[in-house]
Amino acid sequence: MIKCENIKKIYKNGDVETIALKGVSFHIEEGEFVAIIGPSGSGKSTLMHILGALDVPSEGEYILDGKKVSKMNDDELSQLRKSKIGFVFQSFNLLPRTTALRNVMLPLLYSGIPAKEREIKARKALKYAGMEENKFLNLSNQLSGGQMQRVAIARSLINDPAIILADEPTGNLDTKTSQVVMKTFQELNAKGHTIILITHEEEIADYANRVISIRDGVIEKDITKKK
Amino acid sequence: MITDLLKETFWSLSGNKVRSGLTILGIVIGIASVITMVSIGQGAKNSIESNIESIGSNLIIVMPGSSHSSNVNQGRGSAQTLTIEDADAIKASIKSVKAVAPEVSKRYQITTKGNNTNTQIIGTVSDYLIARNIAMDNGSFFSDMQIKSSAKVAVLGSTARDDLFGAGVNPIGQTIRINKIDFKVVGVTKAKGGSGFSNPDDSVYVPISSAMHFLSGDDYVSDISVAAVDQSSMADVQEQINQLLLNRHKISDAGLADFNIMNQNDIISAATSVTGTFTILLSSIAGISLLVGGIGIMNMMLTTVTERTREIGLRKAVGVKRIYINLQFLAEAVALTFLGGAFGVILGWIASHAVSYFVSSLSAEISLSAVLLAFGVSASVGIIFGFYPARKAAAMSPIEALRYE
Repeated sequence: MIKCENIKKIYKNGDVETIALKGVSFHIEEGEFVAIIGPSGSGKSTLMHILGALDVPSEGEYILDGKKVSKMNDDELSQLRKSKIGFVFQSFNLLPRTTALRNVMLPLLYSGIPAKEREIKARKALKYAGMEENKFLNLSNQLSGGQMQRVAIARSLINDPAIILADEPTGNLDTKTSQVVMKTFQELNAKGHTIILITHEEEIADYANRVISIRDGVIEKDITKKK
Repeated sequence: MITDLLKETFWSLSGNKVRSGLTILGIVIGIASVITMVSIGQGAKNSIESNIESIGSNLIIVMPGSSHSSNVNQGRGSAQTLTIEDADAIKASIKSVKAVAPEVSKRYQITTKGNNTNTQIIGTVSDYLIARNIAMDNGSFFSDMQIKSSAKVAVLGSTARDDLFGAGVNPIGQTIRINKIDFKVVGVTKAKGGSGFSNPDDSVYVPISSAMHFLSGDDYVSDISVAAVDQSSMADVQEQINQLLLNRHKISDAGLADFNIMNQNDIISAATSVTGTFTILLSSIAGISLLVGGIGIMNMMLTTVTERTREIGLRKAVGVKRIYINLQFLAEAVALTFLGGAFGVILGWIASHAVSYFVSSLSAEISLSAVLLAFGVSASVGIIFGFYPARKAAAMSPIEALRYE
């Protein structure tokens, strides 16, 4: 499903070149739950941006679901993100002063799907992500951290994406809420969703079935746990 | 697609009422102040113009020229060269003349029982009413008979009546004393509104013969008012009067004429240049308000978009295409400026009418061009500064936009 071949990413800032990724190759199959772990500055965020089609590699080939992402333009990337990738961010990134339901419907904007159907989908996704039904119409700023992350997870699910990409999803949550959120991801994985988790915490990475460790722009370890 | 766009715009504006409200307020104040300023200016201009009109219509005034003795020139109008006979000749020999009214005017102290005032005494004939657009409120103007017999009768202007007898009192039949001579009041003129230094309401009219016999003591007139039948014949009438008086006064060189002819159009053109200056003043005030308003709108829009860069990043990250983000911000800017614009026009309208209501001498007039200008400038400022930064933000990579603080 995901093929990364010798991906390099070089940032240029004036005359200074920073090499964030020095040639990374791996495959991820459908239904996997992969954690990409590494300290800050390891290049894991850069890798996440490339996997999430938010950025393109400087060199190398990234193929998602049979599509070559490396050569796409801005609008093609948008289209790809919309149809194939669900994002869960560390800082939730919900629309402020907007109901949970409308936040979840955001990726369906301009999709041509009738409003009724959107709402049905969004309600389903929220329930699926474990959100209590009486909170559906609460404004995003009235929700707790755990609830906000559930809304974000529901939002990532709404387009039925090929992969769910979670960038430090527990970074702003306490331990107990973190556990609940990670359990949610495990449940989603059990239902067949492909999940890629980016984190720097070992114990969070433990929830995944496969852990790819990155350091200084190269893969250090790639361990698949036995089920 | 369009319903999505409209819904997003609505939600986004209504979701942040304070922000939207302040932006709209800025626009409202900008537009309303420009409209009000311009309409007050327009009203002032109109009231000056109508005051000039009220002096009389198609009026030509013949005044004596300057007298000079041993090469020392006195001021214009100081000479005593015009007579009643000149006025009669004008009336008799020039066509296209509706009314000819010679007048003798001077200020005197006037007394009644208990009151006194100092005002203009105008000795004239009944044609004066026609020439100067004066209407009677009460009683009647003096007749030709009374003029012939130098009757001691007087007609009061409404202000003069108020000063001498009190507002609303009917003075007909009462006596007033001018220069120690008693005159009987026979009428009161209708109030006309001020028109410069010689206020027709603050005058007392007496027969011209009586003014000459009892007050001035000589045969010369201060000026002759001539009303032409219409606007188009004024130039012609003026020229004929000029020829006639040159002949009568036996002057061959027109440059040495002992009289001046003033045309109401000259007065109007002088006044127009005054109101022109006035308009420039008001336009600059309006321009400054527009600039200040525009900067306010610009600030509000720029802050709003900067604040929302993360939101733009999120929209991009979840796959909303750039064009839709651009369109949404454009729609928001358009909605805000048009909403603000509409309220601004209404507020400006109310303010202008309030000014007309409280300041009776000024009837503010809303000019369409001011409305369009104010609306146009603030709308374009609002749209440019609401849309342009949003466009820039939408062109950013979503990662950058999401990290934006």
